[in-house]
Amino acid sequence: MAKKVIDARGSFCPGPLMELIAGVKAADVGDELEVLSTDKGSATDIPEWVKKVGHEVVGTKEENGVWHVFIRKAK
Amino acid sequence: MKILIVGGGMGGTILANNLARRLHGELKSGKARIVMLSASDRHMYQPGLLYVAVGRMTPDELYRDQASLLEPGIEFHVDPVTEFHFAKNHVTTQSGKTCDYDVLVIATGSRAMMTSIPGLAENAETFYTEETAVKMFKALRSFEGGRVVVTVGVPHKCPMAPLEITFMLHDYFKDRGMGDKVQIHYTYPIGRVHSLENVAKWAAPEFDRLGITYETLFNMKEVDGANKVLKSEEGSEAKYDLLIAIPAHKGMEVVEKAGFQNGWVPTNRTNLHMDGEHGKNVLVLGDTTNLPISKAGSTAHFEAEVVAENLAAVVKMGVPVRDYDGKVFCFIQAGKERATYASFNYTTPPSPQPPTRAVHWFKTAYNKLYWASARGLL
Repeated sequence: MAKKVIDARGSFCPGPLMELIAGVKAADVGDELEVLSTDKGSATDIPEWVKKVGHEVVGTKEENGVWHVFIRKAK
Repeated sequence: MKILIVGGGMGGTILANNLARRLHGELKSGKARIVMLSASDRHMYQPGLLYVAVGRMTPDELYRDQASLLEPGIEFHVDPVTEFHFAKNHVTTQSGKTCDYDVLVIATGSRAMMTSIPGLAENAETFYTEETAVKMFKALRSFEGGRVVVTVGVPHKCPMAPLEITFMLHDYFKDRGMGDKVQIHYTYPIGRVHSLENVAKWAAPEFDRLGITYETLFNMKEVDGANKVLKSEEGSEAKYDLLIAIPAHKGMEVVEKAGFQNGWVPTNRTNLHMDGEHGKNVLVLGDTTNLPISKAGSTAHFEAEVVAENLAAVVKMGVPVRDYDGKVFCFIQAGKERATYASFNYTTPPSPQPPTRAVHWFKTAYNKLYWASARGLL
């Protein structure tokens, strides 16, 4: 299973969640994706979407103003 | 130094012209060469397709001969690239030629993928090509009323297109006296009506005021054309009588074939060089990058200016002089007679003002001034 980083720092448009949605589409089931975001809203809006669609939130952490949200494509 | 620009769209054209003016003496003396390879002898003003789709422009207004836009000294060939050979510093072309370079700039753009969602191409209208925009307008002309659903895939070219087409559709049907017969329903992939928070804060009340309904966190999964139902990844459904799609996009096939997933080239966000061992003499512009910024003409424009200044500086003194700061500027057509704009970069979000007629007229003027932009004059 591949691991992929989506560097969405400084992205206002399309923004980290849109980058993730595109990234999930391009990934295989079981792949883990890490989104880097400078928008603290990503820590809540990414997990909200991931759960709604049925993928898995692996974890979230913040380091030096950058949020790292880890998810796994589940279906 | 031979600079090869692949792609004759907005980014490639602005770059070539800006560079040709900066390197006028070097081109004359033979110290530098600028070669452009494009897939077409015509240049299209792509934002005009929005207007074609609602009957406010005709397709012929969108084109100029590409050669007529280019500065003297630029070597222009209609001969699309079929293969990149980064390790050998050359490309091969459709005509079978090999074209080498000292510096390569990839500016090949993106394409709308109506086939990315089952049932979408067969059942939805869109407006990302001349053919589909004209077809969409004919569908609007013959529409007798019902539920119009606007749906959005990611990533897509022109982040304002979903809002703009929705407002334009509202005005189109209102002008035809069909306001009470048409219900417009807007869907959007994330949890608000636009990716830019300040734009969403403005647009949602506008939708409410105009009676446009909307559903957020809606990502297309499939279209059931027999029952006229659009299904989402999130499990919801939208019934439609007329479906309008802003489909997901991909980079061009030739870029995908070179090993880049979905045709997006991994690119450094400030110097715009391609990532990896062969990126030292390869730059990427516009939609073709994988950068997390808007796929829009203005992005290509501002990137092209940075690359032109840097390449000219490299020719003249051996080092680049500028970084790209993520600058994007987007007009937002808020119906047929009002508009606003959003301007932002990597560190500063936009703060759009309420739409006005003055900005609309400026946008209308820009639809013509674009040709000065493409020539690198504006």
